Amino acid sequence: MSTARYTPYHPRWYRRRVSVWWWLQSRSYTGFVLRELTSVAVAYFALVLLWQIRALGQGPEAYARVIARLRSPLFVVLDLLALAFVLFHSITWFNLAPKAMVVRLRGKRLPDVLIAGANYAAWVVLSAAVAAILLSR
Amino acid sequence: MGRPLTPFLWLLFSAGGTVAALLFPIHLFLNGLAFPLGWLSAPAYDPLRSLVGHPLTRLYLFVLVSLPLFHWAHRFRYTLYDGLQLKHLTMLIAVLCYGAAVVGSLAAAYTLWNMSS
Repeated sequence: MSTARYTPYHPRWYRRRVSVWWWLQSRSYTGFVLRELTSVAVAYFALVLLWQIRALGQGPEAYARVIARLRSPLFVVLDLLALAFVLFHSITWFNLAPKAMVVRLRGKRLPDVLIAGANYAAWVVLSAAVAAILLSR
Repeated sequence: MGRPLTPFLWLLFSAGGTVAALLFPIHLFLNGLAFPLGWLSAPAYDPLRSLVGHPLTRLYLFVLVSLPLFHWAHRFRYTLYDGLQLKHLTMLIAVLCYGAAVVGSLAAAYTLWNMSS
């Protein structure tokens, strides 16, 4: 590092400068960085949701304007991209759940498949519930 | 970032990640694409407005907006450190990320608070 200061009593460390593009060198690194970047899609959609809620509170005209804006090519592309990233987040999150959450039943560790499966099942049930509520309005 | 805060921030990251994983795909598909583009018949304004006026719905929407913002703050902070090698800006990045999540949550709270039907 160029900012490091050296004294006669302090050895120089040998550090190779790592490229900012280190994560393109292997597939698993790329997958890792793409997974980390899903957070941007998550924040984006949280803000779109808030935008819609705010417009809904302002009245029918404001709400219709926001819906019309969401129909523009820019937002359609952003939303499609965000949907791909959010799905990637869901899948990687559920697959990691068994590693983060160790459940024991009568002293035995529940198999990973069961915990991931429970997460996927909850995903299906909650998605269906949200769709049922919104589609019945 | 202060050490005692770390477990709490991790808890918010984890809770927000779970909320986003479970609920964002369906909301993004319906509210972001299918309803605006007319793939499915969108709820009319009045029924949707009265649904959102209900206290439970407002609580749900607050959780749906706020926790995922904290998830973003935590994860994006480390993405910046590792991906762009910005380790020396630790404090500034942490303040900006969590600060943005706090501001977003306050905006959501304010908006939803004023939406009683």
